Amino acid sequence: MKKLTHSLRKIALSSALSSLLLASASSVMAEDTIKVGVLHSLSGTMAISETTLKDTMLMLIDEQNKKGGLLGKKLEAVVVDPASNWPLFAEKARELLTKDKVASIFGCWTSVSRKSVLPVIEELNGVLFYPVQYEGEESSKNVFYTGAAPNQQAIPAVDYLMNDLKVKRWVLAGTDYVYPRTTNKILEAYLISKGVAKKDIMINYTPFGHSDWQSIVADVKKFGSAGKKTAVVSTINGDANIPFYKELGNQGISAENIPVIAFSVGEEELSGIDTKPLVGHLAAWNYFMSVDTTKNAAFIQQWKDYIKNPKRVTNDPMEAHYIGFNMWVKAVEKAGTTDPDAVQKAIIGVEFPNLTGGTSKMLPNHHISKPVLIGEIQDNGQFLTVWQTNKLIDGDAWSDFLPESKPIIADWTAPINCGNFNTKTKKCSGQKY
Amino acid sequence: MKANSIKRYSGWVAMLLLIFSIPTIGQDVLQANTFNDILSKLKLGSMQEREQAIDQLAGSGHARALLIAQALLDGKLLLLKADDKLMIGLENNQGYDISDAVTGEKSGTVAREAVTKINLTNKLRGSLRKIIGQLELSADDPAVRLAAVKAMAKEADSNTLELLKSRAAIEPDADVKNAIALVFLLQDMNSADKAVRIKAIDALKDHNSLDAVNQLKGMVEKDADGRPLEADADIRNLAEAALAKISTRLQIYSSIETVFFGLSLGAVLVLAAIGLAITFGVMGIINMAHGELMMLGAYTTYVMQQLLPNHLGVALIVSIPVAFLVAALVGVAIERGIIRFLYGRPLETLLATFGVSLFLQQTVRSIFSPLNRSVATPEWMSGSWQINDFLSLTWNRFYILVFCLLVFIALLQILKHTKLGLEVRAVAQNRNMAKAMGIPTARVDAMTFGLGSGIAGVAGVALSQITNVGPNLGQAYIVDSFMVVVFGGVGNLLGTLVAGFSLGIANKFLEPFAGAVLAKILVLVFIILFIQKRPRGLFPQKGRAAEA
Repeated sequence: MKKLTHSLRKIALSSALSSLLLASASSVMAEDTIKVGVLHSLSGTMAISETTLKDTMLMLIDEQNKKGGLLGKKLEAVVVDPASNWPLFAEKARELLTKDKVASIFGCWTSVSRKSVLPVIEELNGVLFYPVQYEGEESSKNVFYTGAAPNQQAIPAVDYLMNDLKVKRWVLAGTDYVYPRTTNKILEAYLISKGVAKKDIMINYTPFGHSDWQSIVADVKKFGSAGKKTAVVSTINGDANIPFYKELGNQGISAENIPVIAFSVGEEELSGIDTKPLVGHLAAWNYFMSVDTTKNAAFIQQWKDYIKNPKRVTNDPMEAHYIGFNMWVKAVEKAGTTDPDAVQKAIIGVEFPNLTGGTSKMLPNHHISKPVLIGEIQDNGQFLTVWQTNKLIDGDAWSDFLPESKPIIADWTAPINCGNFNTKTKKCSGQKY
Repeated sequence: MKANSIKRYSGWVAMLLLIFSIPTIGQDVLQANTFNDILSKLKLGSMQEREQAIDQLAGSGHARALLIAQALLDGKLLLLKADDKLMIGLENNQGYDISDAVTGEKSGTVAREAVTKINLTNKLRGSLRKIIGQLELSADDPAVRLAAVKAMAKEADSNTLELLKSRAAIEPDADVKNAIALVFLLQDMNSADKAVRIKAIDALKDHNSLDAVNQLKGMVEKDADGRPLEADADIRNLAEAALAKISTRLQIYSSIETVFFGLSLGAVLVLAAIGLAITFGVMGIINMAHGELMMLGAYTTYVMQQLLPNHLGVALIVSIPVAFLVAALVGVAIERGIIRFLYGRPLETLLATFGVSLFLQQTVRSIFSPLNRSVATPEWMSGSWQINDFLSLTWNRFYILVFCLLVFIALLQILKHTKLGLEVRAVAQNRNMAKAMGIPTARVDAMTFGLGSGIAGVAGVALSQITNVGPNLGQAYIVDSFMVVVFGGVGNLLGTLVAGFSLGIANKFLEPFAGAVLAKILVLVFIILFIQKRPRGLFPQKGRAAEA
C-alpha cells in the first residue's frame, strides 16, 4: 500500500509538471495562434460516436492551417475530454473559455450535454457549433446548430412514408430521454394534423441500451398485421438498435412488410455490425457517404488519408462540422476578428457549399439550410438514396406543429434579436435556454 | 418466416435448377435477344427500368430466369466491371467465385473491387419475391411451394389466383393445399353471393390466419357515424361469432408466446447470473468484474468467427469451450493475483474487482477499438419456428433457453459428482474443517473462481448472439446478475435458476401493461420489498454453515 501511494504521488507530480510545461508552451504560442476548442467525449459511452468528430475537427483545422491559417494566424486545436459526463461538459467548456480563451468551441453530441454547456457559454459569451440532429425548441445567441432540426429530418421522413409508401399506421419507438420524447410529440401532433387517427399511432419508449426486444417487436407485429401499411419511426438511440433490428429479422418482419425509418443510425453505427437483418430499412439524414459528388469524394479521400484507415466511413455529423467550421472561418474573415459578438453578427447569411451538391446558409435563427435524404440500408453498411428534397430545407428552431411553440420564432437580427420571440404577444420571453 | 424460409431453401432450389438448366441447346435466338435486353436494363437502368426488367424476367420463360431473380434478391448478382457482364458470385475469402449469369459458365475468382453489386430497393425486393413465388410454385420441395403460395397470397391479383387455382388441382401436399384454400376463402369473403360468403366465414373460423381476423374485424367494425360497415346483419352476426372463436385461440397462443418470451429472458438472466452464483454465492466474493468475464467470452466468439469466416456455426460451437478456457484462465489470474489477498474484506474486494473490470474494458478497447464488433448469427439460429400464423418462436432464443438448461445441468453435475465439486462444497460449508481434512483450500478457491468465471465466459458466447459485442457489454448485465443471485438465495444454484426464470416471466407479463421502463422498475421494487421480508432470498441456506 505504501508503495502504491508513493507511486501515485509520483504520477501526480509528473503530470502536474507536464501540464505546467504544456501551459507555458501554449502561452508562448498564444500570441500568434487562434485557438479552437474541441469538446467531444473521448471516453465513456459516447466515445463511440464523438471520437470521430474530434478527429474530423483536427483534420479540418489541419487543412485550414495548410491553406495559411486564419487572419494570418495559425489555428490551434484545444482538445478536452468531457468523458460522457454531462456536468463535466459545463466544466470543460468553462475551462476552454476562461483558461484557454478559445475563439470558438465545436462540440457536444447528446442534447443533455448541450443543455449542460448552455448556461456557461451564454454567461461567458462564447460560440458553440453543435453538429448533431436534435429536437429543436431552442435557439441561443451563442449556439449555432449545424445538425438537423425536426423539420429537416423527422417531418420529411414521415412525409415520405405517408406519400410514397402509403403508410397508414405508425409506431413511434424511442429511447426514453428528451430527444425522442420531444420528436415524437412533434410527430404525433403532425400525424394527427394529417388526419391519422389516434388508434393508428402506437408510442413506445425503452431504456438506454435495451436488449430484450421480444415483446415490443411482437406488439409491433400485431399492430402491423391489421391490414393497413405500417411503419416504425425509430428514435432508438445507440447500442439498442442492433438487438432491435435482429429481433425484427428473427420474428420475420422485413423492410418490405414493416419498414423502420431511423434518425440515429448512420454509416458509423453500421460499420461495426452484421448488416444482414437491416437491409432495406430506412434512415433519414442530410448527408450520406454514398452521395456521388466530387466534393464528397474528395472529402472521403481526405478523411481516409488523414485517419490512415481506408475502411473508415464518413457520416452526417461529420458533414455538419465540415459546414459549421467553414462557415465560422468565413464569418471570421468577414468580421476581421474572432470577437464573439462580431462573429455572431457576421455569420448570419454566410453560405457554404455542402457535400451533397447544394449550398447551405446560416439563418437568422442560428440553424442552417440542408437537403433531406432518405436512404435504404444496403448490406455493405452504406445507404442507397431513394428520395430527397429537391431544394434545401431551412431549419426551424421552434416547431410549428406543437401548439405551445407555434407562435414562437427565433431571429437573431435586428429588430427582433431574440431566440424565443412570440409573434402573437410581440414579446421576447427572455427565457434563455 | 416467409422471407427466411425462401432464403433457407433458395440455395437448394438454385442447385436443383442448376442441374436442370444445363445449357438447353438450340434455344430460340429471338428469345435469347429479348432476354439479353432485359438483363441490360437490369444492369444499367434506373430503378424504374430495373423494376420493368424484373417484371419481364418472370414472363421471359428463360430457363435461368428464376436463378437470376434469386441471385438478385440474395445480393449475389454482380456486374463485372472489366467486361460489363452480369455474374452470379459466391463470396469467399479472396472475393467472389463468379459464374456467368446467362450461361452459368464458371470464370474463377475475382477481387471484391472488380465487381459492383446490383442493388435493390424494398419495392424491387417485393416484386422479386412475388415473381419468385410464381416461378417456385412448381418446385419439388413442399416447403418451398408453401412459401411460394404465402408470398403470392400477399397481393393476390387475378393472374396469381389463376396460377394458384391450377396448382390446387394437382397439389399433393396437404399443407400447401390448405394454404391455397385459405387464399380462396379470403377471396370468397368478398363474393357477391351471400351463400358463398357464409360458407367462407364458417370455414375460416377454424383457420389460424391473421388475414382472416383482419377481414372479419372489418366486417364487424362501424364507421364514424356508428353505422356498421357490413350491411348484411346475418353476415355480421356470423362474423362476430367467428371472430369470438378465433380470439379465444389467439389469446391462448399469445399467453404461450409471453411465457416463452419470459423464459428466454429468464434464460439470459440465469446464464449471466449462474457464474456469479458460484463466485458470490458459494465463495462470498463480490466480483464486479463478472460482467467483463462475459464480455471476454463474447469477444472470444468474435475472434473465433474471424478465424473461421466460412463456418460461422462451427465457430460458434467451438467458441463455447474456448470462451470457457479464456474466461477461466483470466478468472484464476484475478483470484491468484488480487482476490487471494483480500478474503474476508468484502469492501476492498468490491473496489479491487471494480478496478479489474475497468482495466479489462480498457484493454478490450485498446485491442478491438471502442466500436462494437460484428458477431454474425449462423443461419440455423436466425429466423423463427413458425408454428402457425398466431405463434412463432424465434430460434436464437430457443437455442439459448436450451443452452442455459444444459449449462445449468452440467454445473450441477460437476458440483455433485466430481472431486472438485466435493471440495468446493466442503470449503464453502466449513473452511477450517476442510483444511483440517487436508483439502488444499487455496487451490480449491482458485479452481472455484475459475469455474465461475468460465461459466461467465460461456454466457458471453450466448450473449454475443442477442446483443452488441462491445466493451460495455458486461456493465449491462452485472446489476441484473446480482439481482438474480440475491433474489434466488445466496449460495443456492437452484434458487438462481428459479429466480432468473420468474423474474423473466414477471417482466414479460408486466411489459405490455406498464411499458419496458416501468416494468423494470416494478420488478426492482418488488425485489427490494421481497428482500426486506426474506433477506436470504427465495431458497435460503439452512443449517449451521449458513449461521456462521
